[in-house]
Amino acid sequence: MSRVGRIFPELIRCLFSPPATVDFPKSEVPVPPDYRGKPVLIQEKCTGCGLCARDCPAAAIEMVEVGAKRPKPAFDYARCAFCAQCAESCRSDAIEITAEHHLAAYDKEGLRWVPRYEGTKEKPAES
Amino acid sequence: MDIVLDLVRILIFPGLLFAVLLSLFLEWLDRKIYARMQNRVGPPLRQPLWDLFKLLAKEDIVPERADPFMFTVLPVLTLAAAATAMLYIPIWGPESAYPFWGDLLVIIFLLTVPTMVLFLAGWFSANPFGAVGSFRTVIQFLSYEVPLLLAVLTPAVLAGSWSISDIVRFQQTHPWAMAAQLAALGVGLLALQGKLERVPFDAPEAETEIVAGPITEYTGRRLALFRLSTDVQMLVGAALFSNIFLAGVVGPWYLAILLFLAKIIFLVGVLAALRAMVARIRIEQMRAFSWKYLVPIAVAQMAVIVLIKVGVGV
Amino acid sequence: MTKYNLPVGPQHPALKEPASFWFKVEGEVIVDVDIRLGYNHRGIEKACESRNYIQCLYLLERICGICSHAHTTAFAQGVEEILGLEIPARAKYIRVIIAELERIHSHLLWLGVAGHEIGFDTLFMYAWRDRETVLDILELISGNRVNYAMNTIGGVRRDIDQAKREQILGMLDPLAERVKFYTDLVTSEPTCLARLENVAPVPADKAVALGTVGPTARASGIKVDVRRDDPYAAYAEIPFEVITSERGDLLGRAIVRLGEIGESVKIIKYALQNLPEGPLTVKAPRKVAAGEAVSRVEAPRGEDIHYVRADGSDHPERVKVRAPTLANLFAVGESMKGAYVADIPIVIASIDPCFSCTDRMIELVQSRTGTSSVMTWEELREYGIRWYGHGHRS
Repeated sequence: MSRVGRIFPELIRCLFSPPATVDFPKSEVPVPPDYRGKPVLIQEKCTGCGLCARDCPAAAIEMVEVGAKRPKPAFDYARCAFCAQCAESCRSDAIEITAEHHLAAYDKEGLRWVPRYEGTKEKPAES
Repeated sequence: MDIVLDLVRILIFPGLLFAVLLSLFLEWLDRKIYARMQNRVGPPLRQPLWDLFKLLAKEDIVPERADPFMFTVLPVLTLAAAATAMLYIPIWGPESAYPFWGDLLVIIFLLTVPTMVLFLAGWFSANPFGAVGSFRTVIQFLSYEVPLLLAVLTPAVLAGSWSISDIVRFQQTHPWAMAAQLAALGVGLLALQGKLERVPFDAPEAETEIVAGPITEYTGRRLALFRLSTDVQMLVGAALFSNIFLAGVVGPWYLAILLFLAKIIFLVGVLAALRAMVARIRIEQMRAFSWKYLVPIAVAQMAVIVLIKVGVGV
Repeated sequence: MTKYNLPVGPQHPALKEPASFWFKVEGEVIVDVDIRLGYNHRGIEKACESRNYIQCLYLLERICGICSHAHTTAFAQGVEEILGLEIPARAKYIRVIIAELERIHSHLLWLGVAGHEIGFDTLFMYAWRDRETVLDILELISGNRVNYAMNTIGGVRRDIDQAKREQILGMLDPLAERVKFYTDLVTSEPTCLARLENVAPVPADKAVALGTVGPTARASGIKVDVRRDDPYAAYAEIPFEVITSERGDLLGRAIVRLGEIGESVKIIKYALQNLPEGPLTVKAPRKVAAGEAVSRVEAPRGEDIHYVRADGSDHPERVKVRAPTLANLFAVGESMKGAYVADIPIVIASIDPCFSCTDRMIELVQSRTGTSSVMTWEELREYGIRWYGHGHRS
């Protein structure tokens, strides 16, 4: 039953085939379209009810005053656990879970997103 | 002028500088083949050199309870011994830089020094992992040294000389000799794997058990010298085997060096495959393996060689 | 023979997480071992008491990176029991599928770690490369590789549609082939056998006495498996074998784990092919009426127990977690006696320990007097400043 070199053919096969390692960032493993990545607020839909902030397990959502009728959620992606519970708790489908996962930033401020309120028309501000 | 030539030989070619650079190349080759066999990318060619520079620049710590004198001397000694052995290895033809009638034995002796140094290194570093590693180093030494010596003696007995140059010339005129001592080459490679403390015989410095064994407490440039010494030992081992088992080299010097490189690359490839193929065995299993398999095979090989020698009358 | 103490941990290359083992060693043979835990205590149970049930799910998921689904399943089941909820059949099947994928991923991870501990790094690299297949499947279903976040109180959060089902079925067969190769390799490679066969055996009676669970118990011939003994989710409807081995040694544990991967593949295939139609969740109230429940789940490492007590508010009054490693750790200490120093890493690894799962509490005990005490946060902080600020040398 004992046999030396059972793995040897596999070694030789691997030696002459390309490595399994993916050379990130030159190439990368694609994620499925419904990957749980960065949650994004769709401001027009948001009613400011605060359900998302209440259920966020990582306290990554803070309701902030932006001048609109009710406070709006600000996201701290440094704290976010990417569980997508905010999107599920939202009753007006105002939070969209994107497949975006390249979120590295040079400082924590770069990972914070605060909604901007411009008059009566609510537009999503660039992050 | 002789002094200048000697210094060039000792410090540059085939001595320290050449040995270090070639051994770093071999370390890269070993790591690369190992990595590719594991379906990984492996390090770039410059990596071993960069590793060396990095270690040289790192903080150098001597533990309070360790012996500072030994801590300083041992790393230098191990590299010096290994690099000196390169002087007696034929590289560009059947003759080495300093050929004489007993150079084979000198190389074996010089290769023994780093092992003893390793034992002392662990012993004087006042660390339980170092102490366990030291014991294991000695046990392993006592296990592989006999088969290694027997394996290396086989071509010497066949050629009837202790001189590497004579052995090489004998094999070049009698090519069948290489086939006759294949078992000795196998035993020798396994014993060399034990000497270099590589899987499956890396119990003396088993990372997951005793951190780094004898060199656990070494840092910075001292650690760099130990690592370099291991690389040079691998080079010396492969170069020695390419001469006494694989008939060395012939032809004009440039072709000869290429042939020399091809042979050591082949041997390092075999060593890398060996370490990718198996798990680490315990030290007492290593001892049992050595005395149960390696020694009897080496003795049987020797007997065959003696019979051939008597029968053929060479 | 030289007698000495060999410290392994809290920082040691063999341990991927901190835990402290003090070995009394004679030459190369271990005479005694003292195990100390508590380096990974994160106060998760206490933190649960100030979070609502939804938040607790994600917090408990992070008890362990490997068996995250097992912990949320146990917690969700407990809460559902207090609420008297019966989750939909489709949700039950999806819970089973994720749980079995997690088992495959955990066992392949273990195989790699075990390979590394015995110095067989090639096995480590191959096993982890092939484990990527399972992680890809999990990512495909749940949207993440490790913290799947599939469970919610009253069901599961994501569906597996027809296209995904086909894709997953296609990925499982090559994986099963690889597992066959590894089983063959581990049971035939002489150096592997030398390191695993008859090392630190735990006979069946001892396995029971020491309270082992999961693959560790099954490798000693004890046929315990929560999936069979106390079926939860859809396990009562799915046919599967409980893999056991009579060996009791490390090889037995490897054989059991590799065998279980094969069973898991069968379970997943069955569940995917017989996935009942219907909704994913039933509506669960935010506030849970007073009550308590104990919930058991067969995590990849063994029986995982959660205790939940509700007081009518929207957050639990008490959550208690008993991770499988705590049950198996005593077997490690016992079976280690008489083994070699070289066996330390693989014997510890053989129960697939997860110290961060296990470290539920710390008790401060004065080692000289044996009295225990409680430290407030402020005291602890000052103690820390004193310890580090004055260059303490032990």
